[in-house]
Amino acid sequence: MSRVYLYIILMAVVTYLIRALPLTLIRKEIKSRFIKSFLYYVPYATLAAMTFPAILSATDYVLSSVIGFAVALVLAFNKKSLLTVAAFSCAAAFIVELFLH
Amino acid sequence: MKVGTFKDFKEGCRDALPICLGYIAVSFAFGIEASKIGMSVFQAAMTSLLNVTSAGQFSALEIIARNGSFIELAILQFIINLRYMLMSCALSQKLDPGLGTGHRMGISYGVTDEIFGVSVLRKGRLYPAYSYGLIVTSVFGWVLGTSLGAFSGQIMPERLISCLGLAIYGMFIAIIIPDTRTSKAVMAVVLSAMALSTVFTYAPVLGTAISSGFRIIIITVVVAAAAAFLAPVSDENGGDKE
Repeated sequence: MSRVYLYIILMAVVTYLIRALPLTLIRKEIKSRFIKSFLYYVPYATLAAMTFPAILSATDYVLSSVIGFAVALVLAFNKKSLLTVAAFSCAAAFIVELFLH
Repeated sequence: MKVGTFKDFKEGCRDALPICLGYIAVSFAFGIEASKIGMSVFQAAMTSLLNVTSAGQFSALEIIARNGSFIELAILQFIINLRYMLMSCALSQKLDPGLGTGHRMGISYGVTDEIFGVSVLRKGRLYPAYSYGLIVTSVFGWVLGTSLGAFSGQIMPERLISCLGLAIYGMFIAIIIPDTRTSKAVMAVVLSAMALSTVFTYAPVLGTAISSGFRIIIITVVVAAAAAFLAPVSDENGGDKE
């Protein structure tokens, strides 16, 4: 069995336990304000750390990545949908790369 | 009956249609990334079917690509998907207290940001039949998009794939940036996480000593803990409107 399948199954087990343990065992609400706050901030910190600076090398050219990043920031700040932000970000990078070739 | 009827199931399917369409697009981007590191269409689809988590799956690719350690992968998934624990706690409040463990385990499989969002908005008790409708429809889109993406990644021209690499980051940005308008704390969290991430990536020793998986783990724990300490959220949804 290839190592890839072990990775897939391991992450599936960890992720499932996170979802299943509270639903099956803990039947009360979390009281600790600190833990609730911590869990509230986790996605923002994780996604921000995953996005930058990795996004700068997402395409073949730093310039097209930077333009795509800028477009995404402006659209997201104006509360456009997930799809709109992602699509226009890719399109902007594609147009920039047309000129770079 | 606490389980719900076929009508509840159909309502779940209907309510999940927007999620399904969104998931096809998002997982398409994941499929392309998975094919870039050499995963087959089957492996990518299996990952999506068993995990159903965009940030978790995406972050795992980097570790899989370089044959990273299993411990690192487990901790990374735990931290990134920790938010599901909060959602599961909240969902448990909406279930019939007498609902059996089997159905609870079934609903657990489909706790994602989007399915959770629709589930908590459902009026009254949450019936498993309704949840299963949501889950079946959403996961169908998630796995379909992944397969199409992984397949396209193998046949599409390189320049197109290069630009589509931005899609997943575009979605992350679309999730985190809107809330920075209403919450200074969220703005501070986003900016410090990005700043720290930059330091960890380019600093002479740190950049090479710490893998990207542990980088994300450390930054998430430090920044979220600091924010929770300095700006604890007030209402139960966690929105602090400053």
